[in-house]
Amino acid sequence: MIDNILKNEEKAIFALRELYGKYGYKHFKMSKFEEYEFYIQNKDFLVSDRIIAFNDTSGKLLALKPDVTLSIIKTGEDINGFKQKVCYNENVYRVSENTHQFKEIMQTGVECIGDIGLYDIYEIIVMAAESLSLISDDFVLEVSHLGLLSSLLDNICKNSGFKQDAIKYISDKNAHDLARICDENGVSENCKKMLAEFVSIYGERNDVLQKLEAIGEYIDKDSINMLKTLSDMLDNLSLGGKIKFDFSAVSDMNYYNGIVFKGYVAGISQSVLSGGQYDNLLHKMGRRSGAIGFAIYLDMLHDLPSEKEKYDVDVLLLYNDCTDNKLLTSKMAEIIDSGNTVSAQNCDLGKIKYKELMDLRGGV
Amino acid sequence: MLNVALPKGRLGEKVYAMFEAAGYECPSIKENNRKLIFENEEKQVRYFWVKPSDVAIYVERGAADIGVAGKDILLEYVPDVYELLDLNLGKCRMAVAAPNEFNDDGQKVLKVATKFTNIAANYYASLGREIDIIKLNGSIEIAPILKLSDVIVDIVETGTTLKENNLEVKSTIVPISARLISNKSSFKFKGADIEKIVNSIKNQVKEND
Repeated sequence: MIDNILKNEEKAIFALRELYGKYGYKHFKMSKFEEYEFYIQNKDFLVSDRIIAFNDTSGKLLALKPDVTLSIIKTGEDINGFKQKVCYNENVYRVSENTHQFKEIMQTGVECIGDIGLYDIYEIIVMAAESLSLISDDFVLEVSHLGLLSSLLDNICKNSGFKQDAIKYISDKNAHDLARICDENGVSENCKKMLAEFVSIYGERNDVLQKLEAIGEYIDKDSINMLKTLSDMLDNLSLGGKIKFDFSAVSDMNYYNGIVFKGYVAGISQSVLSGGQYDNLLHKMGRRSGAIGFAIYLDMLHDLPSEKEKYDVDVLLLYNDCTDNKLLTSKMAEIIDSGNTVSAQNCDLGKIKYKELMDLRGGV
Repeated sequence: MLNVALPKGRLGEKVYAMFEAAGYECPSIKENNRKLIFENEEKQVRYFWVKPSDVAIYVERGAADIGVAGKDILLEYVPDVYELLDLNLGKCRMAVAAPNEFNDDGQKVLKVATKFTNIAANYYASLGREIDIIKLNGSIEIAPILKLSDVIVDIVETGTTLKENNLEVKSTIVPISARLISNKSSFKFKGADIEKIVNSIKNQVKEND
């Protein structure tokens, strides 16, 4: 019954929190505000540097949270052999790229901070896939390896600016401009061809791994082996077929390293889930631990098609002074008990969309 | 059903011909009427004509799965889309132009009139040159003549308009041509159809070269 009332994103919050609890992730509740200075120190990590700031009663400059991960990192401590595993569901405040106005975004996610190993990466990817499956059966989780990408580009050309541009073009699957900057930077024909091949490699994991090996010497062997082991572990998973490799999924290398991933759901035009390893961010904040996590942008679930949004109610029940009260109350109770929604009105002015009309008006 | 956003005008017609040759024809599109949406149920394809500068928005927001947009629009608005193919159509360049006698000695803030404020800002930032951007929506060429600006940043095709207004290209910022773009999410779920079209059109582009 509750399922009928809740919106897509509200249903997701409950289901996701239950899922993360199963893996031992503790719910982390944080304050709505942080000191403004904290975000200024780490502004490069934020999607936008525009932050809603205000003075508290003591005159201290505070900010409405534009990000959750930073707040979680600053609370933990580095303990050998221990992993802090937390999940959250918070609103963040960011400037919309389209309207250039501040927007409240509902975000849920998990963070695993500590001695991160292969199993932790696997666990997070599995949780990401299971999260997406709770939103829709039709999803794709694409996984990339920034270490592999970074070493490949370093091996090909060390000119300043090449790597940054190449990463942008790889993330756009833009082979033509990638070839152009190869020419501009004196990259050999062989390497240029190989990069063009690299851009076209994505999809089924085993297929990708085979093609990567065929590319040869410039691909970092340790990264391939890591991806192979991870892929073997994912093979045993019932959702494993929906987890693909795609090196166009990239994130800012100043903060992210190793595995990164993005999740897509059919019917939603942008990625709804984004995550990865962000050891570099922790190191910048003076911590020695590693970290991996992901966030789901729940506000995007509005775009999922919903049958019930076509109607305001299942039944529009019309009555007037001549309607028998007993009949009216019993019909209302009958409809509600059957699990349907009903609006009792005196006339149909076309303001309520309904599936069925029940006219109990007398003398009309 | 694959939704394709085409830019209205001559470029869009050329692009449609490429889709048609790729086996995704929609004969109703050639009827002489004011309709903007055309569908071929059998081929599972729907075309719509939109303003060229809006194609990227339709694709980024998922209203269209794929579309064709000029590189100028992609550089200016930086939509979050895949740029799958250079169609080698609508070729021109984004350039800095100024009156023939103008010489930028770098002594004062450079006044730049343009429709493409991001492209201009990024270009001059890469040179470390301080500029004052004047956003205009058309007839950019008259800005330096009326001393509204020192230079303009605009698309140059043949250079005839510049010549007729006593302007000349001072430097080329980037070559421009039409690009086939795809919504990122659509590419995950309709990838096979999109790749089939891309491969066929890629072969046509090679043949035309």
